[in-house]
Amino acid sequence: MRPADLLASSWRAIRSHKMRSALTMLGIVVGIASVVLTVGLGLGTQKDVSEQIAALGSDLLIVSPGSSTDESGMRGGFGSGTTLTRADADALASTVAVPDALAVAAEKTASVSLEYGESNWTTTVTGTSTSWPEVRSRELLYGTFFTDEDVASGASVIVLGAETAEELFGTAAVVGQDVTIDDDTYEVVGVLSEAGSSGDTSLDDMAVVPMTTLVEQLDDSGSSESVATIYIKAAASNLLSAASQEAESLLLNLHGIASADGADFTIDVQDSLLDAATSVYQKLTVLLTGIAALALLVGGIGVMNIMLVSVTERTREIGLRKALGAAPANIRNQFLIEAMILGLSGGAIGVAIGVGLALALPTVLGSTIVISGLALVVSVVVAVGIGAVFGVYPAARAAKLAPIDALRDQ
Amino acid sequence: MTATAITPFETVAPVIELSGARKTYHTGDIEFEALRGIDCRIYPGEYVAIVGPSGSGKSTLMNILGCLDVLTSGSYVLAGEDVSHMDEVALASARNRRIGFVFQQFHLLSSLTALGNVELPLIYAGVAPAERRKRAMVALERVGLGDKSRNHPGQLSGGQQQRVAIARALVTEPAIVLADEPTGNLDSHSTRDVLGMLDDLHAEGSTIVLITHESDVAARAGTVYNVTDGQFVGMGTEIAK
Ligand SMILES: Nc1ncnc2c1ncn2[C@@H]1O[C@H](COP(=O)(O)OP(=O)(O)OP(=O)(O)O)[C@@H](O)[C@H]1O
Ligand SMILES: [Mg+2]
Repeated sequence: MRPADLLASSWRAIRSHKMRSALTMLGIVVGIASVVLTVGLGLGTQKDVSEQIAALGSDLLIVSPGSSTDESGMRGGFGSGTTLTRADADALASTVAVPDALAVAAEKTASVSLEYGESNWTTTVTGTSTSWPEVRSRELLYGTFFTDEDVASGASVIVLGAETAEELFGTAAVVGQDVTIDDDTYEVVGVLSEAGSSGDTSLDDMAVVPMTTLVEQLDDSGSSESVATIYIKAAASNLLSAASQEAESLLLNLHGIASADGADFTIDVQDSLLDAATSVYQKLTVLLTGIAALALLVGGIGVMNIMLVSVTERTREIGLRKALGAAPANIRNQFLIEAMILGLSGGAIGVAIGVGLALALPTVLGSTIVISGLALVVSVVVAVGIGAVFGVYPAARAAKLAPIDALRDQ
Repeated sequence: MTATAITPFETVAPVIELSGARKTYHTGDIEFEALRGIDCRIYPGEYVAIVGPSGSGKSTLMNILGCLDVLTSGSYVLAGEDVSHMDEVALASARNRRIGFVFQQFHLLSSLTALGNVELPLIYAGVAPAERRKRAMVALERVGLGDKSRNHPGQLSGGQQQRVAIARALVTEPAIVLADEPTGNLDSHSTRDVLGMLDDLHAEGSTIVLITHESDVAARAGTVYNVTDGQFVGMGTEIAK
C-alpha cells in the first residue's frame, strides 16, 4: 500500500465521522491549550521575577574581608577580618580604576540603643557614605539623606529605617527631632522607605549615620580604618563581572598580593534574592508542568477511548478491508495515522486557543504571559506523540481482528 | 475414492485443488468438524455452484477457498500456490491477488463513491492512482455502471450496489470470483440482473464459485456440488445447458 493512500484513507475516515473526530480532539485541544497557557505563565512569571530582581540590585557586588576558603577548603575569617579599609572603598570609587562601577559604598555597623523621650529601641546602626542610597537601591520616605559635609565633619545626624522610626516615634513627625545614643544627641534628617527583608535581617529596622560619625562616636571595635563590607554597584547588570574583575585586581594591588589565590577579601554577587526567586519559580514550574501533563494524559485517554469505540464500530469495514487484501500492518497503520492526525489537529487548535487566551488574559489578570515559539512547536509534536502512543492499543486491536469474524459482525 | 468432478478441463492445471480438507471449530470444550475431508478441483473458466442445507458447511468452505480462514488438516493449492500453511500477511496478499469476493450484504464502504469502492483492492495492491482509477472505471463499465461512478452506495439500488461489488471483485483480475449468496438480499428483478452478470463473466472466461440455497440459481452453474454435514455428496453434477 502506498503511503499517500494510507494517509488519504485515514483522512477520509476522520472526515466521514466529524462529530466523533471532534470529540476525540477535544481532550487534546484542552490539554495543549493549557500547556501553552501554563508554560506561557511560567515564562511570564520568570520574566517578571527577574525584572524585579534586577530592580532590587542584581548589579550589586559585595566585597567582604577575609578569604572565603582557606587551604583546607573551609571558610576562614570570612566577614570578620579587618583587611578592608575606608581607603580601599575610596580607591574603588575612583572611576579610573573601576570604570564599570557606578557607585561604591562602604559599610561598618554597630549595635546601639536609641532613645526618644520615654521610648527606647535597640537596632543596628550603619556608618557609610552619601552614595549608600544609590548603591543599596533605597529611597527616602521623609527628609533627606545626610550630606558629604556631614560625612566630612562627622556630624551628629541620623537616618532611620521605617520600622525603627515607628518604634521610636509612633506616628509623630520624625524629621528634625533628636534621638539620643549614649547621652549624645543626633538629629534625625530622614526616614527610609520600606524595603522588606533580606533573608532574616529586616531592612527596615536600622539606622544610618556618616561613616566618620560611626567611627568616631559609636564604634568600639578599635580599628577605626577597617570596614565590614564594601558594596559596588555596577553601571549595568551585564557589566557585573567586568566590575568584579576590576575591583579584584585593584584590591590585590592595594593589598600587595600577587595572586588571586592569596586574596584577603572576597567578592560576591548579591544572589540570595535570585536564589530564593529561582526556587519559587522552580516549584511553580513543577506544579504547572504537573497540571499540564495531567491534562494531556486525560486527553490521551480520551483519544484511546474513542479510538476503541471507533474500532468496534468499524469492525465490518476492517473485515472487508482485510478480505480485499489489507495486511494487518495496513489496518494498524491506518488507525495509528488517524490517531496522529487527530493529535496534530487537536494540537494545532489547542495552540491557537492557548495563544488566543495568552493574548487576552494579561489584560484581564495583569500577569505577564510569554509565548515561546519553541514551546508551541513542542506542544504540537507532543500532541501528535500522544495520538500515536494512545492510538497504539486500539490500532493493534483493529489489526488483530480475524477477517471472518469481522465480516460477520452486524 | 475421490469426489473429483469429471470435467473437460483436466488437461489444464486446476485453479483450486482441495485434498482431504478438514476444518474443526473449537467452542469451549466442544469440537465441531464443519468440513470432513473434502477433495475438489476447480478448473479455469468453470462456473461452480455449491449447494446444501443450512449448517452443512458451505460458508466454512467459502472462507477456506477465499483464504479468509485456514484448514485444520488437508491441503489447499490456489492457482499453483499452496496456501494451507501461509501466515496472515501472505494470506492477505493471496486474497488480494487471487480472489474476488461478492458478499450477500454487499459490504461496500458508505464513505466512498462507487469508483472508490472498486479501487479499494487496487490500493492494497499498491497500484498508482491514475492506473487505479482507469482500471476501476473499466470494471464499473463492465457491470454497466459507468454513469454511476460518483454515486455513494446510499445513492444506488440494492442490485446496483451488488454490481459495484462485482466490479470490485473483478478489478484485480482474480483467479476466482467467490460469491456467497450474492442474491440473498435482492428482489427477483435484481437477482436476475446479478445472475445475468455472473453468466456474462463466465462467458468471458472468469472462474466462478457460487454458494446458494436456491436451486434455480444453482441451475445456472456448469457444475453443482452438494454439501451435507461437511462432505460432498455424490459427484459434481454437470448441468446440461
Ligand atoms: N466460528 C465457528 N465456530 C464454531 N462453529 C462454527 C463456526 N462457524 C461455523 N460453525 C459451525 O459449522 C457448521 C457449518 O457452518 P456454515 O456457516 O459453514 O454453514 P452454511 O452451510 O454456510 O449454512 P447457511 O446455509 O445457513 O449459511 C455449523 O454447524 C456452524 O454452527
Ligand atoms: Mg452460510
